[in-house]
Amino acid sequence: MTAAPVDLLDRKLVFVTGKGGVGKSTVASALALVAARRGQKTLVCEFDAKGNLADFFSAAPTAWEPSEVQPGLFAMSMDTEESLKEYLRLQVKIPLVARIGPLARSLDFVANAAPGVKEILTVGKVVWETKEKHYDLVVVDASATGHVVAQLSAPQAIGELVKVGLVRDQTAWLSEILDDAATTGAVIVAAPEEMPVNETLELAERIRTETRVDLAATIVNRVLPELFSRDEEEVFEALREPDTVVALEVAAAGPVAPILDAAELAVTLRRTRSVHLDRLREGLRGVPMLYAPELFTRSHGIRATSQLADALTAELGY
Amino acid sequence: MAARRRATDGVSASLEQLLAANEVVVTCGSGGVGKTTTAAALAAMAAAHLGGRVLVLTVDPARRLANALGLEQFGNVEREVPAAAFTEVGIKPRGRLFAAMLDTKASWDDLVRLHAPDEATRDAILANPLYQNITGKFVQSHDYIAMERLYEIHSSGRYDLIVVDTPPTRNAIDFLEAPDRMADFFGSRLLRWLTAPARSRVLNFASKPFYTIADRILGSQFLEDIGEFFLLFQTMYDGFVERSQAVSRLLGDHGTTFVVVSTLEPAPAQEAEFFIEALTERKLHLGALVLNKVLPADLFSSAAAKVADRLCQDPAPIAAAAADRVEDTEQVARVLKEVAESFLNYRLVASREAEEAARLGTPAEVVATVPYLADDIHDLAGLLVIGDHLW
Repeated sequence: MTAAPVDLLDRKLVFVTGKGGVGKSTVASALALVAARRGQKTLVCEFDAKGNLADFFSAAPTAWEPSEVQPGLFAMSMDTEESLKEYLRLQVKIPLVARIGPLARSLDFVANAAPGVKEILTVGKVVWETKEKHYDLVVVDASATGHVVAQLSAPQAIGELVKVGLVRDQTAWLSEILDDAATTGAVIVAAPEEMPVNETLELAERIRTETRVDLAATIVNRVLPELFSRDEEEVFEALREPDTVVALEVAAAGPVAPILDAAELAVTLRRTRSVHLDRLREGLRGVPMLYAPELFTRSHGIRATSQLADALTAELGY
Repeated sequence: MAARRRATDGVSASLEQLLAANEVVVTCGSGGVGKTTTAAALAAMAAAHLGGRVLVLTVDPARRLANALGLEQFGNVEREVPAAAFTEVGIKPRGRLFAAMLDTKASWDDLVRLHAPDEATRDAILANPLYQNITGKFVQSHDYIAMERLYEIHSSGRYDLIVVDTPPTRNAIDFLEAPDRMADFFGSRLLRWLTAPARSRVLNFASKPFYTIADRILGSQFLEDIGEFFLLFQTMYDGFVERSQAVSRLLGDHGTTFVVVSTLEPAPAQEAEFFIEALTERKLHLGALVLNKVLPADLFSSAAAKVADRLCQDPAPIAAAAADRVEDTEQVARVLKEVAESFLNYRLVASREAEEAARLGTPAEVVATVPYLADDIHDLAGLLVIGDHLW
């Protein structure tokens, strides 16, 4: 079922994106966990500082400074003001550094207003970590559909606008790392539902045409298990006949109808989803596709992340 | 009766009343919760049952609403959903339904045309590479223009009700703040620095370190580009500031209400909570909480759960009862076991959802629940089915 994968985790920088609500952060966390288990020193960075990345590791809230949430696995949250300060500290040497405090605020304001500056500060940080080889792998819980394209194409946009200066010089090495498919890859997380599939196809197209980042894989989350074989489905239909339901309820001395109804819902859901899954496969031929099952577990936090990591480990063939 | 109650003490008992009593309804919530569909369903219901001219405006960068409304393409221009689409599903609408999707670039262009003092300035702005980048590529500008467009449409008086769909929550906050940020920016010292003539830059003590650093980082040519751009823009400041303030007022206005949409999965529910707090902080009116894709209540039946437990352990005795319909009782037993396992799986999910629902409580005057519908919503009929649950 899976197309020949996927040196996904052998890359150095992986951006995980997707429509909101499909489990983008869960998948990013699980991928990072898979890598850390393989012995890669891994950083997972949350772009939209929602502060819930930590939940997936049952850890204390993440901040700009990375913290080790699992052995060999570090987590951080993006903060453009911190990113700017770090950038100034590294690139604009003293004596100006003394004045950075108030200036950073003004510049943060420019970052909000001038095109591409905020995006470059966001992407720049993780590319910097990759360039400096602080980690074997950086996994980015990137922005949702739409915003991520502006982030990934920020170096080109800045390159077009800014002809000289430090930022301009920076775009060269940023692009070098982002454009190299052996180093950097994007992963789109999708759910097998109508709108997420539409948006995944749209986003894949935009990543191909508007950025130079390689689309490394699609991960389809929440794939429902097949409940019945065809024969069994016929039996199931027969059991749903009103008189049979009555007979079963008498034998069980309790309600059977709600149980059958729930199964009907499960079957319909799966059937609806498989149509969209086919559409996704059709639209993304040539892009490796991994499947993560819907997990009917009571687990939260690191335990749930770990279960998803198990599933992805199997899919990746490790 | 109840509808009139709202006018006196601000309480609506249903979404029907909420929509009847407001001019602008902003739906917000995390991505993937069905926010766009909810907005479209609300607008469709209002057009069908309340009458008047109703517009649904989506401001989400991803183009979702078209699918839900069955319109192949629609853009910045509002397009009417043909009345035939209603009559086809057996409803004679009392009003008319329109739909529009925000085109950021076109909206900015309109705005420049509106505020530019003369043709030369207008053309210079429209042709400026920075302007084109701001409007075409970058997300920030989206938030402001969305609110601006809402304001423009609202003040045109063309509609009795406008239902606005927003980007996912974290952005929706940006989008609430966008008008203020825009006004701040135009009044800021930074902008004065950026647009100051080159000679006075050297002389100005306060701004000198800024230039020294900004020059090194961005290069003086880029700074000049920015400067020129904002100099052109300066001619439109007054108009802009005035407009952004008006937009802010509209969001806090008496006739504006917010509808928070969420599923009962932990992450979206958490975001809904966050958004509800943000609305409260800003003293904006939270009209309703819509809980979407909720699993059927049957899953909570403990009698059914007991039966399911027995079926998982030993399905044979119960399976025997179906013998006169299906001969192969072993197969029946297997199917019943699978069905029971699936029931218990979904029951688990439903219990977690109930827990989330309890945590969210009733922060709004109206809390509406929409069940998990197995079929995708891709037409007006589907929207109206959802609408019936909301109403």
